[in-house]
Order: sequence, then structure tokens, then C-alpha cells
Amino acid sequence: MTTADVVGQDQPAPPAEETPAGLPGLYRRALDNVKSGNLGVLPIALGIVFIVVFFSFKATNFFTGNNFDNIIIQMAGTAMLAYGVVFVLLLGEIDLSISYVAGIGALTVAELQLAGSSHHINGLLAMVVAVAICAAIGGLQGSIVAFVGVPSFVVTLAGFLIWQGVILQVLEQPGSIIIQDRWINYTASYFFSDEAGWIIAAVITAIYAVTVLGSVLGKRRAGIAIGNPGLVIAKLVGVAVASFGTVAICNHARVPHGLPLAGVLVVIFLVVLTFLAKRTTFGRHVYAVGGNAEAARRAGINVARIRILVFMISGAMAAIGGIILAANVNSVDLNFGGGTLLLNSIAAAVIGGVSLFGGRGEVRAAFLGALVIATVSNGLNTAGYQTGVIYVVTGVILLLAVTLDTIARRLQVRSGR
Amino acid sequence: MDGTPLLQLRSITKSFGSVQALSDVDFAVQSGEVMALVGDNGAGKSTLVKCIAGTHSPDSGEILFEGNEVQIHGPKDAAKLGIEVVYQDLALCDNLDVVQNMYLGREAHDRLQRLKEPIMEQRTAETLKSLAVTTISSIRQPVATLSGGQRQSVAVAKAVQWNSKLVILDEPTAALGVAQTEQVLALVRRLAEQGLAVVIISHNLHDVFETATRITVLRLGRNVGLFEREKTTPNEVVHAITAGVPTKVSGITPTAGATS
Repeated sequence: MTTADVVGQDQPAPPAEETPAGLPGLYRRALDNVKSGNLGVLPIALGIVFIVVFFSFKATNFFTGNNFDNIIIQMAGTAMLAYGVVFVLLLGEIDLSISYVAGIGALTVAELQLAGSSHHINGLLAMVVAVAICAAIGGLQGSIVAFVGVPSFVVTLAGFLIWQGVILQVLEQPGSIIIQDRWINYTASYFFSDEAGWIIAAVITAIYAVTVLGSVLGKRRAGIAIGNPGLVIAKLVGVAVASFGTVAICNHARVPHGLPLAGVLVVIFLVVLTFLAKRTTFGRHVYAVGGNAEAARRAGINVARIRILVFMISGAMAAIGGIILAANVNSVDLNFGGGTLLLNSIAAAVIGGVSLFGGRGEVRAAFLGALVIATVSNGLNTAGYQTGVIYVVTGVILLLAVTLDTIARRLQVRSGR
Repeated sequence: MDGTPLLQLRSITKSFGSVQALSDVDFAVQSGEVMALVGDNGAGKSTLVKCIAGTHSPDSGEILFEGNEVQIHGPKDAAKLGIEVVYQDLALCDNLDVVQNMYLGREAHDRLQRLKEPIMEQRTAETLKSLAVTTISSIRQPVATLSGGQRQSVAVAKAVQWNSKLVILDEPTAALGVAQTEQVLALVRRLAEQGLAVVIISHNLHDVFETATRITVLRLGRNVGLFEREKTTPNEVVHAITAGVPTKVSGITPTAGATS
């Protein structure tokens, strides 16, 4: 560093090895992030703001409380599936079965809530059973990947066909099952009162603030450099504005009125799964296996266990997403799990910045990606465009996001080694 | 030092099917010395290291650690004894930062499996400082952004921070430039100065003569020489590597020309 301080000012020194110390912290950090192939949330956050502003001018009913409620509920199912996709992609694997595993989850709750049938149970319990079944399905697929070594693409492609077949077989006679259980339907159609909405926004902001404060204090106690305070405060303000702003808009909706439970569920899972990925040994090992499975194995990590657990998470999240999607239409029918659900879920994670090659990405990517997809599709719909246009635009956004990701990766390779 | 080698291998034999990878090989390393293990491709260096690391178990022969006979059945047994192996390209996860790599698989955590980041960051900084690894500007940057020499330094630091007594380096300078090679070799010498036993496997005799106190030469799975660096020349070692005659070497008595 001593020599770098002298020579590093004007001549391009080998990157990262001898970085000039004089650069302002924020710029320096951003540069480091770009170098390491981590663009952060900025591009996608700007993208979402642009999309919202664009459609607000384009379509008169876009920027309304009711439409925001719609967007939240529309994104909820995809976001839940995409959370699972993030973990699978972090390993460098793929799970193509999630849309029909979601279907199995929805079918399970629908069967179990059927009043008058011999297997009728409480709606809440039915949801727990459905999640457990789908986690087991994920565990089974993951075991085949981890122990036998069959590529996850093939295993889950088989799962895609098998679980679709099961749904078709079970629903062949009734065609569809109506969901009447209120607990199940609440996942997509419960709205909080104004006051409850404000309290939820306050709680979310407080939890985030306490977490950030805790980590800053922990670092100070250990005498470690703390990140840029300006950036920390900017993020805190961003979270507060986003949560209170969302509640304010939702509280202006007429009927249904208020913040939807689905949105709160999406945020709860965002927080819990982010914690799991970033703050626990399990999460650390997921990143390690995705980055270099052989190094992880030599470091004593049980790679097979990690793989199986990740596929179980994928299955469980698929079930939760499936339940919300079914609750949104109060039924499960023959087509459930088809259409764009699978590809939208994977696209959501990728648009948010999760690498397909493993080891790089965040849980929040799924949240942001699902939000982009839901907002674009809702906006185009509101503006009067047909499904074809929605697909084309979603495809273009996916391509742009992945191109950006690939360029970031190439920069990373160039700056390293 | 009482003269008992930290690690001693006696008459190690290992074959894979009809291929005799090691026959009657002796090997010993003391604390505070750098022992080079050299030989041509197929000489049995890797197999010998794998026997020490527990990846292979020898067909016959005994392994003594601190004078006691031990059985090593896997990397975990080796780590428990204080033996760490640094493989050339397989030690680090590029996507994780320096701290995360240093603690990979042995993260500091509480009962709820929550990571204790501040402790890990603090101790990583201390370890790197104690090894005089000063070129890394931030220990929170991903390993992918480091140069080859820095990566190797991190891999070595990772191996030694667990109170290890013996560190085995497999071709530590294979992919490095001149300046970075010097950086890593200096680190290797420092490890020995700090009292660790170091085994360095290398094709590069320059590296060997820069760091090693003694040199063990294998050829076709047999001992063909044990040299003291100060009393030999690269030519002599090259001769042993390419045309050495099997010599049963016992203990630390140098043969093949050099006298002690």
C-alpha cells in the first residue's frame, strides 16, 4: 500500500491489489462491487421506478390503490416460487418441477379442505401438510441429484412431467376443486385495516433498523471498519419509504381496501430467507457449494446434505406459492401450474441478478424480479395490450438483465487473477 | 527440538491394482523445517501426500506423528492431528470473500447457527497480519478479485490458522508470476520460522532451493535421495530425480552423495 499510494494515483495499477486509498468511500465501494460482478440493487430499483412512472402516464388506472393491491397479489405467488429458485440457482442447479410441485401443493390443500369428504381437515393444518409434502418431493428430487449424480435439469424435468401427470389424473373427474376454506383463501384475499397497515410498515422499518444497528454495533465492538454511513442511512430511508409508501397507497384503495396479507407474507419470507442465506452457516455453505463444490467438500462441508436441503426449500416455497395462486382464484383446475408460472419464477430470480452459474445472488433478487414482472404485465394489461406483447416485453427485460449480469461477470474475471 | 520428527512415515507401500505407486518409502519432517518433496511425474509425490492427508490409506507401513503411531482415515483425522494440505487450485471459493474462505466449513457460530461475523473478521485480520500478508487491501473483497499470489497466501493462511503443526503445500507457485512467487516463498519460510513443519511439493528446483532445509527425492515410487540444501546442488538433485538409484534411506541420515 505504501508504494501504491505514490504510484497508484494516475497510472492504472493492477486492479484490487493496489487500489489508491484516496477515492471517496462510496465510489470505491461501488467500484469494488462492479469489479466483483455484483451490481447491487441499484439498476433494478431504478428500473422499477421507471416502469411505475412510465405506466402511470400511459394508463389512467395504473397508479391507483386497487391496482397496487392487484400487483402485490399477482407478484406474491411468483415471488414465493422465485425465492426457492434463488437457493437452487445459488447451488448452480435448476429446478424445473416447481410449477407443478406448486400445483401439487394447491391440490393438496384443495383436497384436504373439501367439506364433507372423509379427509377434511382444518385449512391451516392442510397448508402445513401441503408444504411438508412438497418439501418431501423436493427432498426426493434433491437426493437423486446429490447421491446418484443425475443432473438436476433431468431430474426436475422428469418431476415436471410426473407432477403434471398426477394433477391431470386427480382432477380428470372433477375438472376443478373450489376452495372454500377461509384460512386458505385469506392468503390471497385478506386485507389489513388502515391502522394495522401502518403498524406493519412501522414494524418492518423497525426490524430493518434494529438489524442494521445491531451489525454496526457488533462491528464497532470488534473494532472493525464500518461500511459507509451514508449508504446505510440511504438504505434505511429507502426501506422506510417503500413500506410506508406501499401502505399509504393500498389504504387509498376502495374495495378491497388496505394492505393485502399476501404482500406481508412475501416480505416475511424475504426477511426470513435472507437471514437464512446471509447470516447462518447453512446459507454460507450454500454459497460455498455453488462457488466451488470441491473446495467446499475439502473444507468439510457435507455437500449432499446442502443440495438436498436446498431442493426441499425449493419444494416448500413452491407449495406456499401454489397455495396463494390457488387462493387468488379460489380453485384448482386442470391447467394449474402451466402457462408462464415456471419460466416467470426463474426469470424473476435471474432478472433480480442471481447467476445461473451458481454462488452469486441474493434472496431479494426474487422479490425485485417478481415485482418487475408483475408490474410490467399489469401495466401493459392496464394500458390495453394483449398477452403477446406482455410476453415479448418480459422476454426483452429478461434478456437485458442477463446481458448486464454477463458483462458484470466478464469484468469480474478480467479484474481477478 | 528433541530430534523426534513431527511426522515420520516408515516403509510406506501403496499399490493401485497392479501399479505399485509407493514401495517401501520413508519420509520424515521436523518442526521448524521446510522439507521439499520432489520427483518427476508419477514419482509418487501425490500418493504420498494423500496417504498423509488420509485420502488414501497405505497398504503397509506406519505413520508416526509426534512419535506415536497414528491411523489417518480422512481429512478430518488429519486436521485433528494438526495436518493441513493446501491443494493448488481447489482450496478457495471465488465467490466468497477472504474472511468467508478462511472460515469455510468451520464458521464461528452460536447455538442457533447464526454466524459471528465480527469475530471471524477480526481473527482473519490478525492471522494475515501475523503472517505478514499485507498486500490484500480489504479482507471483505471476493477472492475472485485477488491476484494469484494473494489467493495462494489466503489458502496458506487458511490452512495454518487452526493451530496446525504440519502444512503441506502442493505446487504452491505453479501458476504464479515472478513477484508473486517470491511473495509465497517468503510466506513459506515464515511458516517454518514460526515453528511449523512445512512440506512443499514442487517441480521447480528454484523454489525448492529458495525455501527448503532438506529435500526428499522420489523416483518411480521409491526413495532415491535425501539431501540437505546447504550441502547439495541443483544438479545433484536433478540427477536423483531423473536417474536416481533406489536407496533405502533411514531416519535423517543423508545419503546419495551428501555427508552430514
